[in-house]
Amino acid sequence: MQTGAALSDNMMGAGEFAADGTEAGTQYLTFICAGEEYGIDILRVQEIKGWEGATHVPHTPAYILGVMNLRGLIVPVIDLRTRFDLEQRPFNASTVVIVVRVRCSLAEKTVGLVVDAVSEVYTFPGEAILPPPEMGERIDGACINGLASAGDTMVMLLDIDSLIASSIEHI
Amino acid sequence: MTIDLAQFHEMFFQESAEALDTMEQTLLQITEGTVEKEQIDTIFRVAHSIKGGSATFGFTGIASFTHTIETLLDLVRTGRIGITPNEMDLLLRSVDVMREMLSAEQYKRPLDEQAVADLQDSVKAVIARSSGAAPTPVPAPAAVEPGSSVPVPAAPAPAAAPGAERWRIGFRPGENLLARGNDPLRIFRELSRLGEMSVRVDAAGLPPLAQLDPHRCYLNWNLELAGPREREALDQVFDWIGDDADIRIDAPVIDAPVTPAAPRAEGSAVAPKPAPEPMPAAAAQPAPVAPAAVKAPETRAAGGEAPKAAPSESTSIRVSIEKIDELINTVGELVITQSMLSQLMVNMDGPQSEELRNGLGHLERQMRALQESVMRVRMLPISFVFNRFPRMVRDLSQKLGKKVELRMTGEQTELDKTVLEKIGDPLVHLVRNSIDHGIETVEGRRVVGKPEAGTIHLNAYHKGGNIIVEVIDDGAGLNRERILAKARERGLIGPDEELSDDRIYNLIFQPGFSTAEQVTDVSGRGVGMDVVRRNIMELGGNVQIFSNADHGSTVRIRLPLTLAILDGQLVRVGREVYVIPLVSIVETIQIRREQINSVAGGRAELLRLREECIPILRLYQLFEVEADTTELDDGLLTIVESDGQRMGIFVDELQAQQQVVIKSLETNFRQLTGISGATMLGDGRVALILDVPGLISLFESREKQARDDRQAAVRHAA
Repeated sequence: MQTGAALSDNMMGAGEFAADGTEAGTQYLTFICAGEEYGIDILRVQEIKGWEGATHVPHTPAYILGVMNLRGLIVPVIDLRTRFDLEQRPFNASTVVIVVRVRCSLAEKTVGLVVDAVSEVYTFPGEAILPPPEMGERIDGACINGLASAGDTMVMLLDIDSLIASSIEHI
Repeated sequence: MTIDLAQFHEMFFQESAEALDTMEQTLLQITEGTVEKEQIDTIFRVAHSIKGGSATFGFTGIASFTHTIETLLDLVRTGRIGITPNEMDLLLRSVDVMREMLSAEQYKRPLDEQAVADLQDSVKAVIARSSGAAPTPVPAPAAVEPGSSVPVPAAPAPAAAPGAERWRIGFRPGENLLARGNDPLRIFRELSRLGEMSVRVDAAGLPPLAQLDPHRCYLNWNLELAGPREREALDQVFDWIGDDADIRIDAPVIDAPVTPAAPRAEGSAVAPKPAPEPMPAAAAQPAPVAPAAVKAPETRAAGGEAPKAAPSESTSIRVSIEKIDELINTVGELVITQSMLSQLMVNMDGPQSEELRNGLGHLERQMRALQESVMRVRMLPISFVFNRFPRMVRDLSQKLGKKVELRMTGEQTELDKTVLEKIGDPLVHLVRNSIDHGIETVEGRRVVGKPEAGTIHLNAYHKGGNIIVEVIDDGAGLNRERILAKARERGLIGPDEELSDDRIYNLIFQPGFSTAEQVTDVSGRGVGMDVVRRNIMELGGNVQIFSNADHGSTVRIRLPLTLAILDGQLVRVGREVYVIPLVSIVETIQIRREQINSVAGGRAELLRLREECIPILRLYQLFEVEADTTELDDGLLTIVESDGQRMGIFVDELQAQQQVVIKSLETNFRQLTGISGATMLGDGRVALILDVPGLISLFESREKQARDDRQAAVRHAA
């Protein structure tokens, strides 16, 4: 629990800095999923590892690929393409699992996200982040914190807590 | 410099809680009338250390209360009062009150101070009575005589004995003296040990009886104490009083006809303001003091204090459970890594592969030893749970007017701390039930020719990787007919349905089931047995009940030794591997097609096995995975049992039987019906551990769902 508290302090800290603009901003790790670029707060990323398969868990939605062994920890793996209802594609060499730490159901959980490839690390100052647009049916709007542009591309910044919570709580 | 004492509070509370447990257990071991010295010393020591600790941390209420208890215990220790049921009751209640007070301090909860004060008063009353009955001055000086005479040799004998110096002490207690837990009588007794003493009471302040508040102290005393002693000794006696009384101590006066100069010189050693000492007197001083100092520890040692305390302190250390769990986790991972390496070695060829294999073999053995010893760290003897029962049985049987003897065996059987913590409440329920429903009243027992006192026997032992805990009573046994009637009344079974004894006894585990004719505040509300069973099943154990009318009943609980590892059977379905707990497996068989009955239009399958019909669960169907085969005679059927209910799980293949480390799915994911957790296999993959009771209910609800759907479809078609 102590690490949980520490983590959330960290998270808070990062957000505040970005908001007053006293710091350069928040760092985001971005990744590609079906041609779109998404970003998550880099402080939430624990590690990135290659796809090594997962153990099927019955009676779970299709986007739950199963559970994997992360050095003795049982970690659920979520396929983001399926989660976002995007077209499926066989996994290849660039397919990675981003292991993130989230707050969910009042606890800290470690979860793996399967994405097509990792992309960049960007720093976005608070003022560079635009409010999320109406996303229509494709993506649950609540899971997008905002948009930021990096060069030519738009990066969708994910609210990882609510994304994971909605993925594993409403089964 | 200030030290924040709060950092030690936690430790103090923990130690005090343990100390109180010790005190309670020791009290209960005391058979009425005969107190063994060792026992009373243990109790005294416990009370003393709580008093000391609470005074240090400023918990004055506890300190004062404990002090009173200590006084009572001291009287018992010196044999001035015996332990009758009355004292026993007081002491046991004091343990409860001290527990209350401690937890009130610990969790900042409100405390029923009136109850504390009342009990303290009753204890004081006992103390006062005993002091009154046996006039203290008589035995006390006699006992202390050698001590008080220590300085005497330094003085000329005739001068010292009758006409010694007398301290005059004016003792004017404040009105709150008693309320703060101080007892003048105890003080006088202490003083009387220092030398011959006379007491004059000044009762001028005593109000008429009608206005008298027994909690207040109205009396003043004038004391005269003989015996040359240092003033320090007097001050020490009054230390406990603090500011609650006005104490005036006058320097010794010599009331005998004496020559002014000579005795003064000898007595100067004890005079409050000693003039610069003449050398000989100073030299003489250390000698008499030394024996006195030696005397004190001697009497203590005889009381068994020192030798007792020492070993228990040095043989154990306090470690937080998180640290141990971390250790267990790491070792669990090491075991997985090790078996992964062993598996890699199977296919390895090379010049040094043989040596490597040998080395890995060693590693495997050592790992197993390491894992076992680490697991043992979490193991505690079941006496930690059993210890609460003597008290409970005593109180409860008294309350119900029954005579019950408690026997406990196998208290040293060890099991995992988590299991231990969770088994306490179910056991309490069972014992309570046995006393309330099982054991008959004294008359009832006499009528059927049994001894007046019923027996409850708690027994624990190891059996094949499990621990068995039994609650055996010699009461009336379960009433088969009444259970049946009640079950029919509640519609649990059909009016003409006949059941085996086993099934009937199992009915009492149904929620809300109670056959008690009247609901007492002890039991009979029908909550309990279902909770008992649920708790035990959650621990991965099971519970059986045996009963013999008029001869009593036995509840047998089987528990896993630990929750961290599990003996499992690995089964394969297609590419997935699952672990079935060995404890729930009856057998695994290959079946022939003709043994299978299809019912409900082929949607449900039953296996006929030795006069029994067992439903078949096709695991690949339930879990929606791809299997090697869907033909029942190509695969294997693992028969599992839970709650007397059997089911055949259809799998492709049996793999190894092995101990697996249980990992929670909930930590990072969520709980799922039919799955109790996950584990890591030798190749690093995750395998799910099946939860047999959950699987059965999942299977049943699916079947029911399918039936309802079919009926709905039929209705729709019609």
